[in-house]
Amino acid sequence: MCLAVPGRIESVDSGDELTRQGRVAFGGIVKQINLACVPEAGVGDYVLVHAGVALAVIDEAEASRTFAYLREIEAVDEEGP
Amino acid sequence: MSDRASFAPVCPMPADAAEEIQLAHGGGGGMTQRLIEEIFRPAFAASPGELVHDGAVLELGGARIAFTTDSYVVRPLFFPGGDIGSLAVNGTVNDLAMCGAQPLYLSLGLVLEEGLPIELLRRVVASVRCAADAAGVRVVTGDTKVVERGKGDGVYVNTAGVGLVVARRPVAPAEVRPGDVVLLSGDVGRHGVAIMSVREGLQFESAIESDCAPLAGLVLAMIEAGVELHCLRDLTRGGLATALIEIAEAGKVDIRVSEAAVAVSDPVRGACEILGLDPLYVANEGRCIAFVAPEQAERALAIMRRHPLGAGAAAIGTVEPGTGMGVVLRGLLGGSRVLDMLSGEQLPRIC
Amino acid sequence: MKFVDEYRDASAAHRYAEAIARIATRPWVIMEICGGQTHSILRHGIDRMLPTGVSLLHGPGCPVCVTPAEIIDAAIGIAGEPGVIFCSFGDMLRVPGEGGSLLAAKARGADVRIVYSPLDAVTIARANPRRQVVFFAIGFETTAPTTAMAVAQAAREDLGNFSLLVSHVLVPPAIEALLAAPDNTVQGFLAAGHVCTVMGVEAYAPLARRFGVPIVVTGFEPVDLLQGLHLCIRQLEEGRAEVENQYSRSVRAEGNQVARQLIRKVFEIRTQRWRGIGEIAASGLGLAPAYARYDALARFGRVIRPSAAEGECISGVILRGLKKPGDCPAFGTRCTPEHPLGATMVSSEGACAAYYRYRRLGTSPVAAALAEEIRR
Repeated sequence: MCLAVPGRIESVDSGDELTRQGRVAFGGIVKQINLACVPEAGVGDYVLVHAGVALAVIDEAEASRTFAYLREIEAVDEEGP
Repeated sequence: MSDRASFAPVCPMPADAAEEIQLAHGGGGGMTQRLIEEIFRPAFAASPGELVHDGAVLELGGARIAFTTDSYVVRPLFFPGGDIGSLAVNGTVNDLAMCGAQPLYLSLGLVLEEGLPIELLRRVVASVRCAADAAGVRVVTGDTKVVERGKGDGVYVNTAGVGLVVARRPVAPAEVRPGDVVLLSGDVGRHGVAIMSVREGLQFESAIESDCAPLAGLVLAMIEAGVELHCLRDLTRGGLATALIEIAEAGKVDIRVSEAAVAVSDPVRGACEILGLDPLYVANEGRCIAFVAPEQAERALAIMRRHPLGAGAAAIGTVEPGTGMGVVLRGLLGGSRVLDMLSGEQLPRIC
Repeated sequence: MKFVDEYRDASAAHRYAEAIARIATRPWVIMEICGGQTHSILRHGIDRMLPTGVSLLHGPGCPVCVTPAEIIDAAIGIAGEPGVIFCSFGDMLRVPGEGGSLLAAKARGADVRIVYSPLDAVTIARANPRRQVVFFAIGFETTAPTTAMAVAQAAREDLGNFSLLVSHVLVPPAIEALLAAPDNTVQGFLAAGHVCTVMGVEAYAPLARRFGVPIVVTGFEPVDLLQGLHLCIRQLEEGRAEVENQYSRSVRAEGNQVARQLIRKVFEIRTQRWRGIGEIAASGLGLAPAYARYDALARFGRVIRPSAAEGECISGVILRGLKKPGDCPAFGTRCTPEHPLGATMVSSEGACAAYYRYRRLGTSPVAAALAEEIRR
């Protein structure tokens, strides 16, 4: 489901395992987001945010695989059956 | 006949034969239209062409006068980039400008709630004065009433405005022709996001400011340069999409718009992404669309861009013969879809 | 916006669409089960980019649409209690129960507030110690950890004026119920990428095996959806029935362990009624006994009774993918966003509302020609 949007961590505020927060930028707007579910995330990381909580760190290497896969299947198709 | 009602959401589920006024009647959408058709026009309109546009153009002693009125019930009273005072001035100034008129004089009617701090009233009035000066208009008459505590939202403002029509030909949806180019004066969505940003729980760190501004100067610059404006509409509640749909319906034309051509600033874009809002439907208070003949488009655009409020102006679409489709948006992937009127205000979503 | 714009690239989207056209040799029925995916598909016209044989069904992926009417009525009742501040996501405000909507309740004077996050409701509770603050906790597994976080924070601070009306639902049991139904036509699934971001993919392998259905965990942007469809159709053409992860930039096989742990701590699994579908075993979340004191139903003394069937609305059949909104005799006539008969038309994520917004076409010959162009 659900609307979750990638944002860049600009700073991390103090806080414990439930309240750790940070300032996350979404294309020009900054919001305080709870980072307690992504303890490994730090400044500069992109996180996926839903309803005020970061749920995952975005893996840049995996992100580019969508386009590598596209090139792969086109190369195969060009070679013919 | 529209009113800039509060930004509280409106209920889209009316009883079929509504016996009472509901919030949705103030929404500017279908229910407002029904009120106008069933109650106001039968009482006041002398001809079918009357009471369809935001302002009225009248012959008075040989001069063409534009006359409009608007009420403001916005909450919160103060928001980044404006307040109920500047909103009231610019809203009415813009309605007059959209008739092709130079706005001149405003009245200021206030309904104050008992218990309102006088300091707050001072702030609102100072803002009205400031906005009037910036728009080149004067508040020349007014009225004040006070209602009991609990019977008003602090301050309700009504402004009426008069201006001198300077456009040589009528400026109205009926003047729109197939082939006309649609120009948009700047990026969209600032006001609606600014209002939401001060609502509890939707705060952003960086304040997005409302684009609340007087557009008369921008419009007059084009008129003075001899550009023939077929139709003008300032974008308010319901955003760009709603304004386009209303003109398509009133002018009985289709309008084709390119989504890629509509500018959205980065902060507004980010806010819309996380709140799940479509920027095309988010409120504005300092943007307008202009319909001009294709041979005039380039010149009109150049004039707009020279004006501070039109720096981001762009051509966003064209008018086509009416088929009943209305507004067709060419999306980012190249596919097209019909834009519909919203039922009620857009609400933030998580799904 | 990074990690967004690249996946809306028109060229990549069209290249994927062409690749799909090259590999699809026969008709296939694929279901996505996420309101966000439905919205994206219809907004960007992705279903129209597919070969005519590929049929995309929209399953019960809108937690708003499947929230039972009786829960909404309970919400309205609680919101009407004196002094209550009722906090909800915007999605729920217009959905009709039997007795109207939360928006109507707000118009009658209830203090109903839209919040972006359950944590904002906790903030409101801290700021208003003398008022009861209630949060309407709906959503799939994606939202459950955010609710759990709010409960955990409230519990730690012993916030006596905070409670929740909980109606979280789980996706895998719904997929199972769909696939097990005798009239099921679905041959492949796109699993909801954000649900899997939290829960991982382990629940899907048993389903893929048991029902012989490929399940591709997919994101939400046009390029994600088209890649997910390509992977799914490729499996179908090759006769495979595996779980694949298209959305690997956000989804790890094990999901988010911190979030899952929070969910396990705060919630317990229970049977849940889905509006328009009925009861599905072990498909909902309720507060665990340790947190029962935060249950708004108990605090306000409300009992939930299943409501009667919903008249003309065929939301249930649509939610199960058996019919499309256009098949409903009331669609676009008696049932429109202005006068909705059921949840799928009211909720902006509902299949019917999405269809209405993105597909309504005129009837004149010129309009038909334009409609054909739009269909291309």
